[in-house]
Amino acid sequence: MIEDKPGSAGARLIILYPAATLVIFFVVPFGIMLAVSFFQREPGGFYTTEFSIENYLNLFTALFGRVLAFSVFISAFCAAVCVAAGFPFTYLVTRMRRRAQVVWLVILVSVLSLSAVIVAFAWSLLLSQTAGVSNLLVWLGLMEKPVSWSPGFWALTCGMCYIAFPYTVLVLYPPLSRLDPHLPEAAQTLGAGPLVTFFTVVVGSMRSAIVATLIMVFAFTLGTYLIPQILGRPQHWTLSVLIIDEAIYRSNLPFAAAMSVFFMVVSLALVGLTMLIGRQKGPVT
Amino acid sequence: MALGFFMAGLHLNDIDKQFGSVTAVRNVELTLPHGRFVCFLGPSGCGKTTLLRLIAGLERPTRGRILLEEHDITDQPAHRRNFGMVFQSLALFPHLSVGDNVAYSLRIRKADPAARRRRVDELLELVRLPGYAERHVSQLSGGQRQRVAIARALAIEPRLFLLDEPLSALDAKLREDMQLELRLLQQRLGVTTILVTHDQREAMTMSDLIVVMGTDNRVHQMGTPLEIYRNPADTFVADFIGTSNLLKGVGRGVRQVEVAGRTLTVETVPGGLSRGGEVTLSVRPEDISVVPGPREGENTLQGKVTFVRDVGSSVEIYLDCGGVQIVSQSTPKSRPAVRQGDVATALLPPAACVVLTS
Repeated sequence: MIEDKPGSAGARLIILYPAATLVIFFVVPFGIMLAVSFFQREPGGFYTTEFSIENYLNLFTALFGRVLAFSVFISAFCAAVCVAAGFPFTYLVTRMRRRAQVVWLVILVSVLSLSAVIVAFAWSLLLSQTAGVSNLLVWLGLMEKPVSWSPGFWALTCGMCYIAFPYTVLVLYPPLSRLDPHLPEAAQTLGAGPLVTFFTVVVGSMRSAIVATLIMVFAFTLGTYLIPQILGRPQHWTLSVLIIDEAIYRSNLPFAAAMSVFFMVVSLALVGLTMLIGRQKGPVT
Repeated sequence: MALGFFMAGLHLNDIDKQFGSVTAVRNVELTLPHGRFVCFLGPSGCGKTTLLRLIAGLERPTRGRILLEEHDITDQPAHRRNFGMVFQSLALFPHLSVGDNVAYSLRIRKADPAARRRRVDELLELVRLPGYAERHVSQLSGGQRQRVAIARALAIEPRLFLLDEPLSALDAKLREDMQLELRLLQQRLGVTTILVTHDQREAMTMSDLIVVMGTDNRVHQMGTPLEIYRNPADTFVADFIGTSNLLKGVGRGVRQVEVAGRTLTVETVPGGLSRGGEVTLSVRPEDISVVPGPREGENTLQGKVTFVRDVGSSVEIYLDCGGVQIVSQSTPKSRPAVRQGDVATALLPPAACVVLTS
């Protein structure tokens, strides 16, 4: 292995840049949040710097548990839906000619330019009783009368997946386009039909990419707070909504911080668990 | 045809393959006998790999039919053909162990696990990798991966065994060993085998039959290695297979050709030569002997030694005979006593002078 000369000033400076970025933008804000989570709220004011673990004790309520469970569930569910739909989609895109691939990727990236507000209102309109797609189904004779599908669980799922889908594809695209096209062909010559080939060879050899994408989409959708308020009923509100509510509308920053820290610990634990499972099933080296 | 008595194996009937406006394979008409080792030999871009992929069912021909033992398999998808294939990149499944790679086809066919393990052990034994089943593919050397790919393809007991330049990534020594090993394996199993290669030495080593393809994407000649070496069908084949002296001349009689002002008697040509017509002669360097000094006589060309290449195992002498370049090759034992700048005479026996159709 080639080793950098120890003490070389240039090498140190290069490492300094990402280190500084990390510290300024992530470590310091997180430290502040962590500190605030141990402070106490001052009614009518901001907070006092008295140390207390009361905020964390207050977390253990039925409401918090239910919202936390739902947040984790909806994010995991959306991650699963996005990868289940996005993986075959991306695979098919990578098998296209170069120019067709570019067109598909440009369409996906343009979806990214839409803000969550626009996406949420567009879906709520599409799924509404007055102007939604159910009117189209009535017109086609498939339904008796138009119905309202929004707000609701499936409306929320649609909105969250719509936002997360382009990221899913963009994360899956590089490993899938590097897949040796001879791998599926080899499976075919060994007697595997197209579907068997897809599941045993394409999915099989992409397992680590799939696990990484699941984690990415899961973490990404955990943070959505706008879409649940527009497309979900109050029972579909995620922990992010609760945190925003606590921090901004009730000005209880210490409690919001405690919720955030706890939420982060839970999600990190889940991500770690997923990685562990993914590794155990991976190749033994 | 001399091969007519062999059992009809694979028949390619007037195959064309186009990719957009590019023609990869043109008018291929071939009958490959059962149980033989056949090499598709040609320079890169001649369509030999495409032809193999057409046979494997990984590509569909633009025109023509493919028949195996009289059955039309043109429309049969690759996974129903039961042809084992070894890819140039080997295409070993990176997420599976050596044993699981070899057992892949057996698992697809839902073979019973005990029988599967037995078969894997048997195949790994066959390719001389016993006890490697638990290893991961990334832990193997190039030659070992090669063997795993071969074992995996043989696991389906293929009706045809197809190999797409599988040895090109190996170093020279290992490659020669694998050539021998593959050839012996094929002889033991008796499976009809097609190997694609651009290496004529490899083709000569391994095959019963060689199919030579040219840059015009056509088949130029098919025959046994010696047939092709001794009687190349045209200038392309003569030039591509080994080194050859290609001498331009003019027909002077039924078996007479004038080259550089001298008349040479040549190998009998069906129908004889036309007087005054231009012809090309192919003479292999090892068939030409060189003697010192000027010498008159039948089938001789006099010239000046321009270079002597002595590589130990053989001696090559380059002669300039009135503008015609001739290379002769001899063993160190029969080395002629000539040096650079000497006047010498090349002897070209009539049997070695092959007239090419161009």
